[in-house]
Amino acid sequence: MPLIAEILIAFFLVVGGVFGLVGSFGMLKLRDTMQRLHAPTKATTLGVGGVLIASMIYFYVDTGKISFHELLITLFLFLTAPITANFIAKTYMQAHIRPEDLPGSERDYGWSLYSDPPGDRDEQDQ
Amino acid sequence: MLKKFLPHPMLTPTLLVVWLALVNKVTPGNVLLGLIIGIVIPAMTRPYWPDRPTVHRPLKVIEYILIVIWDIVVANVEVALIILFKRNPDIHSHWVCVPLELTSPEAITVLAGTITMTPGTVSATLAADGGSILVHCLHTDDPDDIRASIKSRYEGRLKEIFQ
Repeated sequence: MPLIAEILIAFFLVVGGVFGLVGSFGMLKLRDTMQRLHAPTKATTLGVGGVLIASMIYFYVDTGKISFHELLITLFLFLTAPITANFIAKTYMQAHIRPEDLPGSERDYGWSLYSDPPGDRDEQDQ
Repeated sequence: MLKKFLPHPMLTPTLLVVWLALVNKVTPGNVLLGLIIGIVIPAMTRPYWPDRPTVHRPLKVIEYILIVIWDIVVANVEVALIILFKRNPDIHSHWVCVPLELTSPEAITVLAGTITMTPGTVSATLAADGGSILVHCLHTDDPDDIRASIKSRYEGRLKEIFQ
């Protein structure tokens, strides 16, 4: 394996490792659940991304073929991370945050966690 | 007729590509299997996904993806710096309400996902009628600035793509 490839792989592994570590440290350091949500959704994305890029370079140099699995992992990560974060946020808000603590929705209806969507009440009446 | 078999025309090639990437090898058998999956899954999930999202400007999608990937890298560094170098009392978290001009559920889903992945913001919930989105900012001194940047940087582009 050429030296330049080894340097690149090492670089991306270290970058990935640092961001993963910072993301996990953020979980410890930040104060409440909403703040802690920011650490795994962002810092860890680059952490995983760095490792995946390193893996792609390694397999390309080693076997001469481009491996698509890393791209798929990235795709699935981008699909699942925001949804997981959203579920955690909603669960936390339901249990610990009152609607009065939030800014208004600037609409006729409140936030969907606390108010019924338009049309629900009409259907129940019928 | 075509609509019955292919309720989501873009989903079939997408599933085919994902399948080929999963098996990591392009052979006629795998392409055939991928096509079968690409036809059966959209047909089976059709009841849960009645509307067909229309993508008007495919080139804009590529531009959007590149912008979001760049923003994700920037967001990672920003959040890492906040975690490492800001003392806890100096971190000012805010709730920001962003009124939406987007109406299609697919576009709002993409926007919510983008907000979560990019600089210092997590999307929390929608208004009950889907007219605005609640965003949590990790650290900002100017919530209006966050709202303006979400609207111009992401929502404007999504509006061009989906509407």
